Amino acid sequence: MQRIFGLVKDKAEKLLADGTVNRVIGWKNGEFFYDQTPAVFSAEDKLDGLVYDGFCASNLSKYLVKESKKDGKILALLKPCDTYGLNQLIKEHRVNRENIYVLGIGCDGMLDTNKIRDKGIKGIEKIEENGDDLVIQTIYGEKSCKRSEALLDKCLCCKGKEHMVYDELLTSDEELPENKSDRFELVEKLEAMTPDERFAFWRGELSKCIRCNACRNVCPVCTCEKCIFDNDNSGIASKANTDSFEENMFHIIRAFHVAGRCTDCGECSRVCPQHIPLHLLNRKFIKDINEFYGDFQAGADAEARGPLTDFTKEDVEPSIVMNKGGNL
Amino acid sequence: MPIKESENGQFKPLIVAFCCNWCSYAGADLAGTSRLSYPADIKIIRVPCSCRINPMFVLRAFQRGADGVILCGCHPGDCHYSTGNYYARRRMTLLFSMLDYLGIERGRTRVEWVSAAEGVKFSATMNEFSKTIHELGENKKLGDLRCKEFLD
Repeated sequence: MQRIFGLVKDKAEKLLADGTVNRVIGWKNGEFFYDQTPAVFSAEDKLDGLVYDGFCASNLSKYLVKESKKDGKILALLKPCDTYGLNQLIKEHRVNRENIYVLGIGCDGMLDTNKIRDKGIKGIEKIEENGDDLVIQTIYGEKSCKRSEALLDKCLCCKGKEHMVYDELLTSDEELPENKSDRFELVEKLEAMTPDERFAFWRGELSKCIRCNACRNVCPVCTCEKCIFDNDNSGIASKANTDSFEENMFHIIRAFHVAGRCTDCGECSRVCPQHIPLHLLNRKFIKDINEFYGDFQAGADAEARGPLTDFTKEDVEPSIVMNKGGNL
Repeated sequence: MPIKESENGQFKPLIVAFCCNWCSYAGADLAGTSRLSYPADIKIIRVPCSCRINPMFVLRAFQRGADGVILCGCHPGDCHYSTGNYYARRRMTLLFSMLDYLGIERGRTRVEWVSAAEGVKFSATMNEFSKTIHELGENKKLGDLRCKEFLD
């Protein structure tokens, strides 16, 4: 990733200098080395603090909803999976495409510090990448671990290295993480359970929700200007007032609102402070849509009609759910 | 007297039926004028079209104590607004599948297409649905405890 960072920075500087763009949206160092934060750099900033390393997982396309409405073009650094989100926003007319210059940058998978910690490596101060190995500086000395073992879950189901929308590409021949896990594996496992087991599983997970709304805020397709969950008078906008029903409903509705539009970027699960596997709700909708209405990948192009804004006369009846067999 | 219990102490479900104005509501009307009976557990809510039904309506009904929710609309192809029920069909298929995924009993939700001429079908469907809900018993998984007091 460091190989490409120099190229990205040079390119961004060049585009700023020749006036193609007047701002750059990228990442800068956050409070810790592993929380690189989205940031907008203007020409005067001279890209001070711009970074691109294994912790730049956040998808910048959502920020373009606001940024693309300002004056002048903005340079957006987008990884392959981020471009699905941007395409979806273009389709929904949420961004002003003319004001965005997309620099498609290569990605070889993003890292998850929690996975490194789970290996018993504590007191991490710095992580350096050395090919397929990670050199980890800790307060207890130097440790190492395989890069492929510390990838984010979403990178294990990588959609590929192709950018769906771009003005210019800047890639190197990175080794993509092996597409090793089947993304519907866990969904199928849940489907095989009895309803009571499923209910217990989801109660266990959803009761951890603290209603911080991070999943909604980070989602590249959750861009309503007025969100139904923001009504302070509803009495359910915070954890203190909710009960189990509201927790269930919040997550059903959140997933339903992005059904057919969710690009399966996995950001919701990545940002959840309670580690709720929210992507399993979205993937259930994706799996159903693929099964019932044919394979569909939201954001793969900016024209196709979404499955929920379209129909055919031969669609399956809702009774298909009833007749699936198994336990009632 | 709690609405959920009849005088002899038996479980008395609360079933919400969303009926579209143009077909199913007229179908219910026909069932009435034809002196066909359907259980008093069924509370009909008239909507302009089956696609007016937001998934939130279904969840809210469960929250406020419904034990079953049934949606009725014009037969596919016969929608008063041409295509409304096709959209409703997709939405509800996905919603029901999601409720099933969360562990809610599948029998509690249903979609039926009932035309204005099908009073008999309306009555038969409602009798059958009420029977299913009687067998499933009270909806405990999706109810909201805070809404219980409104039912009493």
